[in-house]
Amino acid sequence: MSSQIVPLIIIGVSVLFILGIKFLSSPKTARTGNLVAAAGMFIALCALLKTDGSSVWSHGWTFNYTLIVIGTVIGLIIGAIGAYSVKMTSMPQMVALFNGLGGGAAALVASLEFLKDAHGAEPVTAFITVPMLFATLIGSLSFSGSIIAYLKLEGKFEKPHTFPGQNILNGLIWLVILGLGGWLTFNATGGNAVTAFIAMFALALFFGIAMVMPIGGADMPVVISLLNSFTGLAVAADGFAIHNNAMIVAGTLVGSSGTLLTLLMCKAMNRPVTNVLFGAFGSSGGATAAASGIAGTVKPIQADEVALLLAYAQRVVIVPGYGMAVAQAQHSVRELSDELGKRGVEVQFAIHPVAGRMPGHMNVLLAEANVPYDQLIEMEAINPSMDRVDVCLVIGANDVVNPAAREDKASPIYGMPIIEADRCKTVIVMKRSMAAGFAGIENHLFYKDNTRMLFGDAKASLNALVAAVKAS
Amino acid sequence: MDTNILFIFILAVFVGFEVISKVPSMLHTPLMSGTNAIHGIILFGGILVLADADSVLTQVLGFVAVIFGSANVFGGFMVTDRMLQMFKKKK
Repeated sequence: MSSQIVPLIIIGVSVLFILGIKFLSSPKTARTGNLVAAAGMFIALCALLKTDGSSVWSHGWTFNYTLIVIGTVIGLIIGAIGAYSVKMTSMPQMVALFNGLGGGAAALVASLEFLKDAHGAEPVTAFITVPMLFATLIGSLSFSGSIIAYLKLEGKFEKPHTFPGQNILNGLIWLVILGLGGWLTFNATGGNAVTAFIAMFALALFFGIAMVMPIGGADMPVVISLLNSFTGLAVAADGFAIHNNAMIVAGTLVGSSGTLLTLLMCKAMNRPVTNVLFGAFGSSGGATAAASGIAGTVKPIQADEVALLLAYAQRVVIVPGYGMAVAQAQHSVRELSDELGKRGVEVQFAIHPVAGRMPGHMNVLLAEANVPYDQLIEMEAINPSMDRVDVCLVIGANDVVNPAAREDKASPIYGMPIIEADRCKTVIVMKRSMAAGFAGIENHLFYKDNTRMLFGDAKASLNALVAAVKAS
Repeated sequence: MDTNILFIFILAVFVGFEVISKVPSMLHTPLMSGTNAIHGIILFGGILVLADADSVLTQVLGFVAVIFGSANVFGGFMVTDRMLQMFKKKK
């Protein structure tokens, strides 16, 4: 392939990536968008050039090419097994893992380039060294950070781990890393460079762990989104180092869109990103302070009573939370919604921006249960009309309906936008027990006069509701 | 140093911001997963370094990079497609 045509192909590929991300932003075109981006990737692979401008596929076949094919096939198999076996509830973990692999690959590619240059005789310019160091650093911390995020979402040490002076220690590690990087920028060749480089690599891996450990499981989506954009930037830096424009464009697009996505998520939780990363949310006395101010008692209710309320309501709003997904109750919810719909009840689902474990996760879970997406209403759209809702059914959601966010200045979630379930005529909270939510905060909603608690496994309760509604 | 590369970089930063500024939060998860797949282009980096590998160490590291990158790109696109095929409008 001529070296004049390839840059044109890469321009086309860049357009495909941009269109792909663009299409991903509307539910009608999203699937096409993903396929468009995948097509771009395939075309770019065929037109892959080496640093000297020759096609990577035009050289003689060596053992290295056999390794490339074997490695790609192994990766394909791992990826396919992961992608098709993962439960929809575990989607955030899967994204974290894939992201970590990408970050690890970016760090390895940069390391290999760096080591090659370090052993070479020619001096290397900072324009090449800096991107390599950047990719190594960011890629490796994205790798280790993503794995910690994965483990936290799997329920391993999901509580924040903090100790006094932690931020200072992390700051010091970061300074050492930057110092090593600075020194390497000007001393990129020779044995000392290799030693310093390995030290930097190891410290960056450790820093990824140290950065994510203090952050609570509830904030992992933000962390994953941030690490996703980090990996993008690392890939772009690799593109600089090995002169691959497709990698620069793709990596930068992911880096900048990922940064914006991270900020959007933080905005949905009404917390600055610095607070998420360094705040060690929910670890201190905030929870106990909030619990003391609650007045009122918890009033339980039975399923057949709830069924009557639902069956004779005009408008019902369902607030689904991660607890619903854990109980695998999505299909039962849809059945209940269909059953009520048949009786002429208007049923809507109120989706909090951070419902589930990451923004949009709940939409995926409900889509899996065949709930049409036009029945899902976003928080801002549904809140103004909550006064006119007869029954609000809160299923396995907790923090996103906690009025403490509005009323209690001492609460750690004060100021977070919530679905204002407490304003509905009747609120039914379906819950396994009185345990606190993911953020570890008492919920004022449970004690309100218009709230009734339906205790039990969400799926069993919903099935009882469906049967009772059918009978009434 | 080719300044054209910097030029591309700066433009891509702004395009990245612009294309997702209007994404509804219902699509944040697929979007994160989709962009995650796009940075799987690092597979190319892995292929390039492995193609030039000249020692056992570089072959091993390059091989690992190719596996990682390949899992990222294929797994990423497949899992995103699996999510998005479920988004349907009312029958």
